[in-house]
Amino acid sequence: MTSDENVKSDRIRLLLVDDEEGFVNVLSKRISRRNIDVTRAFSGSEAIQALRLQAFDVAVLDLKMEDLDGLEVLKIFKIMDPQLAVIMLTGHGSTEAAKKGMDLGAFDYLTKPCELEELLEKITAAYTAHKRV
Amino acid sequence: MANLEQLSNSYYRLLTRNIILTIISVSIIPLILVSITIYYQFRTSYHEKVYAHLCELVHKHKQNIDGFLSEKLGDIRFLANSFGLDKLSDESFLQDRLAALQKNYGPVFVDLGIINNEGEQIAYAGPFKLAKANYSDAEWYLQAVRNQYFISDVFLGLRGLPHFIVTVRDTRKGQNWILRATIDFVAFNTLVENIHIGQTGFAFIVNKEGKLQTTPITKPFLDILPGKIIYKDFLNDQTSDPNEIRVSVKPDSKNRKNIYVASFLKNGDWLLVYQQRAADAFADLNKTFKITTILMLLGPLGVVIMAFTLSRMIVNRIARADTEKQLMNEKVVEAGKLASVGELAAGVAHEINNPVAIMVEEAGWMGDLLEEEEFQESKNLAEFKKSIGQIQTQGKRCKQITHKLLSFARRTDGSVQDVDINDMLEELVALSAQRAKYSMVEIQPDYQENLPCLKFSLSELQQVFFNIINNAIDAMEKNGGQLKISSRRKDNYIVVEISDTGTGIPEANLSRIFDPFFTTKPIGKGTGLGLSICYGIIDKMGGKIRCKSSVDVGTTFWVSIPIQAGNGP
Repeated sequence: MTSDENVKSDRIRLLLVDDEEGFVNVLSKRISRRNIDVTRAFSGSEAIQALRLQAFDVAVLDLKMEDLDGLEVLKIFKIMDPQLAVIMLTGHGSTEAAKKGMDLGAFDYLTKPCELEELLEKITAAYTAHKRV
Repeated sequence: MANLEQLSNSYYRLLTRNIILTIISVSIIPLILVSITIYYQFRTSYHEKVYAHLCELVHKHKQNIDGFLSEKLGDIRFLANSFGLDKLSDESFLQDRLAALQKNYGPVFVDLGIINNEGEQIAYAGPFKLAKANYSDAEWYLQAVRNQYFISDVFLGLRGLPHFIVTVRDTRKGQNWILRATIDFVAFNTLVENIHIGQTGFAFIVNKEGKLQTTPITKPFLDILPGKIIYKDFLNDQTSDPNEIRVSVKPDSKNRKNIYVASFLKNGDWLLVYQQRAADAFADLNKTFKITTILMLLGPLGVVIMAFTLSRMIVNRIARADTEKQLMNEKVVEAGKLASVGELAAGVAHEINNPVAIMVEEAGWMGDLLEEEEFQESKNLAEFKKSIGQIQTQGKRCKQITHKLLSFARRTDGSVQDVDINDMLEELVALSAQRAKYSMVEIQPDYQENLPCLKFSLSELQQVFFNIINNAIDAMEKNGGQLKISSRRKDNYIVVEISDTGTGIPEANLSRIFDPFFTTKPIGKGTGLGLSICYGIIDKMGGKIRCKSSVDVGTTFWVSIPIQAGNGP
């Protein structure tokens, strides 16, 4: 679990959760260059730990992880911080899980592998929609 | 392979044999049992009936003959008692009495005679010149002297004609004389002659010595003679009731079975015997037996013929079904193989997805870094960017491939949603456009506007129409043609009509196109599942799928899908 140091109030605080380490690393580097503070978590439990230490505006959550089911993590996120906007990442052809996630209060979902631009658009939209007063 | 064929041939032969044996044993054994039982019962009761009839006949005639004899005796007795010796000794008076008797009875009474104590005939009335005849040595006279009433056996006597004598002895008033009457043999014989049944039935009377008392009407050409041995048996057995009627069945000298029915007459002096060949008496029964036998032979013959043809038909059908089953098994295995290949492909696609995504992102990251100032002056900047662009383009290509693989293996998404049938058809047409162009197929869409939305699974509907459109293009692959796709509303259904001008489906195959695993495509080109899945989907939706086809003219499919209530435009 790593966090960029320079926290500024106008930057979006993003929690990126996926057990595919290479994917999280490269994606976090690329997102960080676009005015977003990215915190990486490589498992469900790491993600929950990160949320306990710090507040986030948006979380990008992979639904298929080895330790905890993504939907379980989503439920816990919603209990810990109902204001948190969650964007789910799903494998191709498993839209059923994504729909369940939407019912549980997720903001939106994307199928993996996704375009960076698309992801950034969703993150911005989620941030705007869930902006804390 | 040849060995296997031999094995299955012997299996079918065994099966045929077992079916034949079962049919034959199940049908013929009861037939034989029933026939034998019925015939036996019929035979027993028929025998009883015939014997009862013959006994009745003999009994009636016995009474008749006994009655005849006692009547004649009564007449003579009446004469003797009424008139006495003096009057009867007068020959003219005796002549008058004979005339009176003959007037009453016809020529039964031949003559009358009065015989004195010495056996001399003292008066005679009749056609023969027998006056003064001496009977003292005659057999009948000796009997007549000993008995008050006497009826003699039949004998030729002085006149040389068969006759018998009825006598009454009168001993009143110290006199001892005998009134004798001769009974005409022909008249008596008629009584017995009348007993005549069938071809060989006749009757006769014998005395205690077994001498014939009547002339049986035997027919020489039939070679029938009274069976002597038999009536001797009856005569020897005099212990039982003389009125009893005895029945016996014995072979004659030529070993032919004869029925003998006998009864005693004249208080046991005579025996009335009725004789008939068994074959004649039971002619009807024998006829029945012949018919039964013919039926019993013809019936099983029919059963055997039927068993052979039927078993051959059944076994042929089983053999055909076995062959079809084997083919289907092969297809199931083929389909299973395809399914596992599909799963394998999906697994590989899924595993490759993430590494490819990382590669694309890493290339993106490199692109991001190239934007920084220090690289802007690098002389190979353009080459780097081009190279990164290539990595990203090829990565996206990989992504498309894995997506297709996953789509192929994915289970149908059964979730219900609003489906605009025209939009969906347009999408499918767009997807097929490339292939259609390549096969020189002209697609002619004709959609009715403002159709209501359907509430079904989009992917299932896509599957159905994609299948039918693909089949249509397949049918026109060689020579091109027109593919008409139209949609319209009909009552509470939306009907989609897809017609091609392709090769068409032969009549023989038309009824099987919706059968699972039925395909005319070469092995490996089609699973034969497409249309059966379509049928299953449309049937589940409560719709109908119908097909009409002519060879070399084309094929038309109509798919009707119900519009659910409240979905009107």
